[in-house]
Amino acid sequence: MLTIKNLHASVEEGAEILKGLDLEVKPGEVHAIMGPNGAGKSTLASVLAGKDGYEVTEGSVDFDGKDLLELETEDRAKEGMFLAFQYPVEIPGVSNINFLKTAINEIREYKGEEALSAKDFMAKVRSASKVVDLDPKLASRSVNTGFSGGEKKRNEIFQMAMLEPKLAILDETDSGLDIDALRIVSDGVNKLRTKDNAVIIITHYQRLLDYIQPDFVHVLADGKIVKTGPKELALELEDKGYDWLTEENQTV
Amino acid sequence: MEVVTENKVLSFVEGFKKPETLTSTRKEAIQALNAMDFPTTRVEDWKYTRVGRITKKNFVQRETALKSIENLTIDGLDAHELVFVNGYFNEALSSIKEDQSVSIDRIDNISEEYYAGLVEDTEENVFSLINKAYQTGGVFINVKKNTKANRPIHLIHHVTGEETIANVRHFVQMESGSKAEIVTSYSSSSAPNAFSNVVFEGHLESNANLTIQKIQREEKNVFHIANELFVQDEGSNFTINTITTGGLLTRNGLNVLVEGENCHTEMNGAYLGVDKQHIDNHTLIDQMYSNCTSSETYKGVMDGKSVGVFNGKVIVRQDAQNIEAYQSNGNVLLSDHASVNSKPELEIYADDVRCSHGSTTGQIDEDAIFYLRSRGISKDNAKKLMVAAFIGDVLDKITNEALRASIDELFFEEYGWKF
Repeated sequence: MLTIKNLHASVEEGAEILKGLDLEVKPGEVHAIMGPNGAGKSTLASVLAGKDGYEVTEGSVDFDGKDLLELETEDRAKEGMFLAFQYPVEIPGVSNINFLKTAINEIREYKGEEALSAKDFMAKVRSASKVVDLDPKLASRSVNTGFSGGEKKRNEIFQMAMLEPKLAILDETDSGLDIDALRIVSDGVNKLRTKDNAVIIITHYQRLLDYIQPDFVHVLADGKIVKTGPKELALELEDKGYDWLTEENQTV
Repeated sequence: MEVVTENKVLSFVEGFKKPETLTSTRKEAIQALNAMDFPTTRVEDWKYTRVGRITKKNFVQRETALKSIENLTIDGLDAHELVFVNGYFNEALSSIKEDQSVSIDRIDNISEEYYAGLVEDTEENVFSLINKAYQTGGVFINVKKNTKANRPIHLIHHVTGEETIANVRHFVQMESGSKAEIVTSYSSSSAPNAFSNVVFEGHLESNANLTIQKIQREEKNVFHIANELFVQDEGSNFTINTITTGGLLTRNGLNVLVEGENCHTEMNGAYLGVDKQHIDNHTLIDQMYSNCTSSETYKGVMDGKSVGVFNGKVIVRQDAQNIEAYQSNGNVLLSDHASVNSKPELEIYADDVRCSHGSTTGQIDEDAIFYLRSRGISKDNAKKLMVAAFIGDVLDKITNEALRASIDELFFEEYGWKF
């Protein structure tokens, strides 16, 4: 589904952040990408989503047969990519509902499908709110405006449930969540898993992985994947930190 | 030797007709024009708005009939409809429904004594004087004591024909304890370089409640200068919402004099400029008595090479204690060539007041645009959503649903914005 080869990316000011990253994600898989601060985790998420301010200098990203890097941000979403933001943006005045209706209908139009009827749309809102136990009132409020940290993250997963992406990238979704919210958010993600979609979890800590079991754990350090292992690797990292890996990497 | 001094104002009005018998208002205005000149940008009140391209034209008064007003009415508003074409009252197209609480007469039939007493100390400018000297029509609306107009009153203005001048003058008298809503809309067709020169005044007697909704959607080749003056007596409540999408040059000049305690004044405005439009909202709230509140919110979205002006002044006189005045102006610039001159002013002479004012001008939040795009919304639609959201809270002040729906429709047609 997603094949990243030798990806190099710099911030526009010049510093290279990703230095030859490789990753292969297949349908039905959950990948965790862990790593120390400054390793390039969020840069990876931003580059995949097409955020301005990053320049890909080398490498390729194939998303279901399409050259992802050639696509506009909105077209990546239309092709089935979803980024759950580390810091969801507050947009006063734009209602969640209105925004999602616009998004869903644009995606459907892109796929050559008819616009969703108001009735079907509302039914979808109801079922998606249930996935993350989101108060339906929040669904009609302005996007993230005045939401608590936990509500914002739930709103991200609510949107994921509405948009039904092929590939979801969760960028530090666990940050700022208390234990109850963490459970609700991860339950939501688990409910949305199918054999056809995939999830990339970007996280600093192992605790989210207690709830969403990854098939693979990758360690990203200094712009590259330095180690890949089964889910137990996350526990090892929790125990030993990242230093042993980065040192090992340097000596290789 | 002979020195020829040309009075620009007198040559501007030279060809304008006036009735044979003059009301004292007309006489005084004609008299006053002798000593007037058009403002330059050196005059503080006109610092950001040049009127040269209006004053150099040779306008004509032109009484024209319209076939229908189909596109000018508002669906579902169910209003008394008064139609003015090029500033002339068109009786055939107007419809005044049964309403015991409202009486509508021609402006020339207003009691001169009452009018003179009310506006005695108010300032005129050259455009309001031209209007008062040469107005061709308008209404005197009276809403009777302790009654409520049973439906809105819609003043429908339409201008047509090249370089037409429409001098329309209205006055509304809200008797003590009365209540009404007046919608005043301005449109044009085939009227390049026409000029709507409007005077709309009113008096809210004690405890009266008046809401005015102004929709200026003339084509973008028309000049529009409005002088609006409202006097509030004790306990009255005045709201005016001004929506401007039209005109090559539009100046909404709005003065509210609060002449009694316990009044509330509310002014809201939304203005949207494209191409080379120039939109100027010039407001004054003069608080002369204690225990009053006022709230003013204007928001603009400027694209192309358009220019916006907001100059809002609130004066709190020395004897006006315990005043709460809020004023804000926000602008979004959609292009590098658009600009806004924003000048919020507070002049406070009393000690016990709570006043705040603020002004912001900026671009659309790029992080928000990225967020919307990351969900599959095109850049263009993301911008539209953001702009609609920005301006939406001003539109939400319009509680008349039929009117709001027509404004939403106007915005969708003009800009593709959905709410």
